[in-house]
Amino acid sequence: MGNDTSYTDQKFEQVGRRVKRPDGVDKVTGRAKYGADAYAPGQLVGLILRSPHAHARIKKIDTSKAEKLAGVKAVVTYDDLPDLTGGNRGMMDILENCMARGRALYDGHAVAAVAAVDKTIAKRALKLIKVTYEKLPHVTDVDEAMEADAPVVQDFVFTSGVEPKPTKPSNVSGISQFGHGDVDAGFAEADVIVEKSYKTEQTHQGYIEPHACLANMSSDGSGELWVTTQGHFVFRNVCSTLLGIDIAKLKVTASEIGGGFGGKTHVWMEPVALVLSRKANRPVKLVMTRDEVFKASGPTCSTSIDVKIGAKKDGTITAASANLRYQNGAFPANWGMIGAMTAYACYDLKNVKTVGYDVLVNRPKVAAYRAPSAPMAAFGVESTMDLMAGKLGMDPVEFRIKNAAKEGTRASYGPVYGPIGIGPTLEAVKKHPHMRAKLKKNQGRGMACGFWFNFGGQTCTDLNIGVDGTVSLTVGTIDVGGSRASLSLIAAEELGIDYEQVKASVADTASLGHNDMTEGSRGTFSSGMATIFAARNAVEVMKGRAAKMWDIPVEDVVWENGGAKATGKAHSNLPPLTLKEIAAKSPQTGGPIAGHNETVADNAGVSFASHICDVEVDPETGSTRVIRYTVVQDAGKAIHPDYVEGQFQGGAAQGIGWALNEEYIYGKDGTLQNPGFLDYRIPVCSDLPFIDTEILEIPNPNHPYGVRGVGETSIVPPLAAIGNAVSNAVGVRLNHIPMSPPRILKALDEQAGG
Amino acid sequence: MSSVLVSTTINGDPVEFACPPEETLLDSLRDRVGLTGVKEGCGTGDCGSCSVTLDGRLMCSCLVLSAEVEGKQVGTVEGMVQNGQLHPLQESFIDNAALQCGICTPGFLVAANALLARNANPTETEIRYALAGNLCRCTGYDKIVRAVQVASKEMRKKSKKTKKK
Repeated sequence: MGNDTSYTDQKFEQVGRRVKRPDGVDKVTGRAKYGADAYAPGQLVGLILRSPHAHARIKKIDTSKAEKLAGVKAVVTYDDLPDLTGGNRGMMDILENCMARGRALYDGHAVAAVAAVDKTIAKRALKLIKVTYEKLPHVTDVDEAMEADAPVVQDFVFTSGVEPKPTKPSNVSGISQFGHGDVDAGFAEADVIVEKSYKTEQTHQGYIEPHACLANMSSDGSGELWVTTQGHFVFRNVCSTLLGIDIAKLKVTASEIGGGFGGKTHVWMEPVALVLSRKANRPVKLVMTRDEVFKASGPTCSTSIDVKIGAKKDGTITAASANLRYQNGAFPANWGMIGAMTAYACYDLKNVKTVGYDVLVNRPKVAAYRAPSAPMAAFGVESTMDLMAGKLGMDPVEFRIKNAAKEGTRASYGPVYGPIGIGPTLEAVKKHPHMRAKLKKNQGRGMACGFWFNFGGQTCTDLNIGVDGTVSLTVGTIDVGGSRASLSLIAAEELGIDYEQVKASVADTASLGHNDMTEGSRGTFSSGMATIFAARNAVEVMKGRAAKMWDIPVEDVVWENGGAKATGKAHSNLPPLTLKEIAAKSPQTGGPIAGHNETVADNAGVSFASHICDVEVDPETGSTRVIRYTVVQDAGKAIHPDYVEGQFQGGAAQGIGWALNEEYIYGKDGTLQNPGFLDYRIPVCSDLPFIDTEILEIPNPNHPYGVRGVGETSIVPPLAAIGNAVSNAVGVRLNHIPMSPPRILKALDEQAGG
Repeated sequence: MSSVLVSTTINGDPVEFACPPEETLLDSLRDRVGLTGVKEGCGTGDCGSCSVTLDGRLMCSCLVLSAEVEGKQVGTVEGMVQNGQLHPLQESFIDNAALQCGICTPGFLVAANALLARNANPTETEIRYALAGNLCRCTGYDKIVRAVQVASKEMRKKSKKTKKK
């Protein structure tokens, strides 16, 4: 049966309600079980030994003393993780990141692991492992890594995307170009050209729950893994490949997830836990410390970006270009390419060219972080947009409205847009009372726009109707922020019943077909779509059962208001049958009632946001406070408005932290200087004001309810919005993120001619 | 390996356990007493996920040795439900969508409860500073602060009613 994904503009009964989430009570009482909250009889404590060097040859690992310590049940090194990848370099990178193979590539790279009967013994065992290192030259800065004489991080990496094919390995793993038109001609046409370079420092997703898992391998070769992850099916496939386990024989159960923001889409240590368990023949619990989370689970890129925009006096942009250099850590990735795709996605440009450079350095493997790569590109572009508006003497909002992309615009990264929300968010900003609020001394207002692609992906959903008429909705996308509530609303809507009659849960990998990660803001979009089709599937079954109960042809049955109704004069005496009545009779009418759906949820529907921000800068200390913040974003359709607002607010707060405080600080020796929440300071409650939100609903034509993903876009505008606000507050333009007090003070000093 | 024996009171119940002298209260609560509502986010007193009360005073249990709680009163999130009823703060957190992933929620509830115990009618600023030792990465704190405001109002209403009776 084909699935009709087109938007129907229906009136909703359940969707849009601010209901209580089904996992609420468990989470406020401490009953909810996260990654570190599982225990198995006979479980061991796993710990990982990590490299103290930024780059070093591992000459020898002597584990003999650790192995002899009473209570130690397994010690593993890369010898215990043989290469079963069959030449798949991507898989090999994951394996090598889990456990160094001859070379430690960054401070914190795993080199060995132990499993022991308790923490005390495991810690002692780590100390008994003797690793002989030979230090190698390292590089941690993106621009330095691109220099000709920079130490080469990976000798198998040759720059892709250039002709002729290079003969020497390079830290630039790829160069990619996007755009259309002729930027040289466009700049020649311009009355004004603004060019500026920017840097952003590396930040971490900062989820409060460290990575944690409980691995339990059986001697028959099958195994179970309990893990905090954004995608247990993908983790299963990766771990199966790396350890040579049949996919069907590894059951992965996702715990409740204590935040991910992209960081839990990657496999960091789970194969190590499984191999420890296999070797010890006991369950092994492996939990990262916060220090390990910072050092060895992926942060986002640091970047160096050049932006050039040309415009006519009337504000029409004639050309725009950018070179974007993204640091990907010690393993090749395409974050620079993605940055190059997103940079100008908000605008309708005749001539545009962006070039993304993907660069290796001796830092941890970079991971996705909420709209990955987009915030840095937007910082450069949206700061330059404000500079241009200033030069043209135009209002920054009007300047953006004049150049905003709309339906039919060819995006700078290729596709032609359908109905989109950038124009409407800008119009909403223009009308917002926040824009007219008075400002005091040392206060300034800034605004900026943001874009994210959104993603659909493989999705599989079951919906089972119990004999009492309650509905079990079984999904395979991890619930990162309330999706079980929104998916239950969707099931209730489709079936015509109350939200309270539906209970959604996330299935383990043995109970449902493959689901891609919860990434790309796809949870509610794609599982929502699969839930709709699974429910429609179940409705068809129930119509058949009603026909049987009535003994009439199924063609004469329709589904209305949560029940079956017989149509046509011949059946006018038949009272409707409710879902509950049909369910109660199901044992006699053909057995269980269920609906299923397997789909690739394409056409996720791009997302846009515009943010307004007021800051106050203390010129004495350089300290900057956000005093008012407003997020305007297109949600397509807000299924559960509370959690849509929550995504808007959470993304904005992360962006504020990135803009003002957060950064990885590396020493000259290439080691991370601030791997803890004290020195890597994320915003706390007293740092922030209430974050106002305005949800716009421009339906996604490719979703039955018009849904677009909402999770990521909100982190894109804050960096530039705050930079623009600081500039308007105290007259200095910061081109280096974070705008920490020392950087602001320095800029103020320079401005004063000091 | 010599353990210490700890006799203490947790959420009103007498509890005894043996642990190594260097073990933190956080580890004992989770791994020996089975109270996994107490979460470890950092282990260095920076995130507040392991917040408990010790004789009524708010603490990070990762900074307390188990041996120190001998003879004391320990309170965790598991003790907030009274007679099968959610605490008004717990109700309010659910009603006001003050949690997304929920890992920080137990710590916030314990900290907010400690605040309301000493200040029944805190201002927004007082709430923000009282909760500044608890990190949340999902919500931007907006709905958390609102949930505490709503709960404090509810609790004041209730206590007025009780006094009238």
